[in-house]
Amino acid sequence: MNELLLEYLPILIFFFIAIILSCVFIVLPMMLVEQKPDTEKLSAYECGFEAFDSARKPFDVRFYLVAILFIIFDLEVAFLFPWAISLGEIGLFGFVSMMIFLGVLTIGFIYEWKKGALEWE
Amino acid sequence: MIYAICFYLFATITVFSAIMVISSRNPVHSVLYLILAFFNSAGLFVLLGAEFIAMILVIVYVGAVAVLFMFVVMMLDIDYSELRKGFQKYLPIGGLIGLILLAELLLVGFGWGLSGPVTTDPATAIPALNEMSNTEAIGSLLYTKYAFLFQMAGLILLVAMIGAIVLTHRARPGVKKQNINDQVMRRRGDAYDIVKVKPGQGLG
Repeated sequence: MNELLLEYLPILIFFFIAIILSCVFIVLPMMLVEQKPDTEKLSAYECGFEAFDSARKPFDVRFYLVAILFIIFDLEVAFLFPWAISLGEIGLFGFVSMMIFLGVLTIGFIYEWKKGALEWE
Repeated sequence: MIYAICFYLFATITVFSAIMVISSRNPVHSVLYLILAFFNSAGLFVLLGAEFIAMILVIVYVGAVAVLFMFVVMMLDIDYSELRKGFQKYLPIGGLIGLILLAELLLVGFGWGLSGPVTTDPATAIPALNEMSNTEAIGSLLYTKYAFLFQMAGLILLVAMIGAIVLTHRARPGVKKQNINDQVMRRRGDAYDIVKVKPGQGLG
């Protein structure tokens, strides 16, 4: 157990260095730099112009479709990792099991392709 | 020592960011706090020795689900006065659902306390980490012993895929698309005709 966690020690050290650095970057300018607050510094602008309209426009629903298709294939790949590692011991049954799983999702993929859901137009 | 410090750090940040998810006023901030909560739960899973679940949490939840939430939040037309307006109207049903969930959690907690000491340790089913890695332990069970549930998961993903396409995809009329098959199948004769014109007659 502890051997496993020791492998993560560099990540932990990295994590703490990142926290300390980001705190330093926020705190140091507060003390060192001369502060001249101005409302114009915080106002939005587009290439030097005043903002034409609100930035809070609703997104197109097509982004949502792309994201949900991405999640599904992401999960499919996530199932492949333990399968690839333990393929030696699960034998033919495990192999066929995964092939059926992939086959089912390939049917979905063909449907998606033929329907034109992957095209942006 | 370091283990305990890490546990309390991750657990505190998880609880804090979970509270911020439901209490922050800006929905985009809520999603960002949700991502923070996911990362810290991944840290907690690593502390438990469940490496695979930790990495999947980062890949799937942070990489995909949080992005989806972000799109959903951006698809909403966020008008803050509009968001406040429904509060009174939805308070009874929201409060009712909250109370039901609270009752269920309390039942689980009290039931756990009343049921006495756990006789079968669930951790004994998991092979020791020095014998077999976490990912390998999952792989040795999921595709053979739990093959049926695994195939069900595949079918659920298929339904989700088709459902998402049926609900959100619509063919836009009047869009010119490249059809490579048509391009390749096009012959010289489709584009023009060679007409022999006799002198003095024209094409008539």
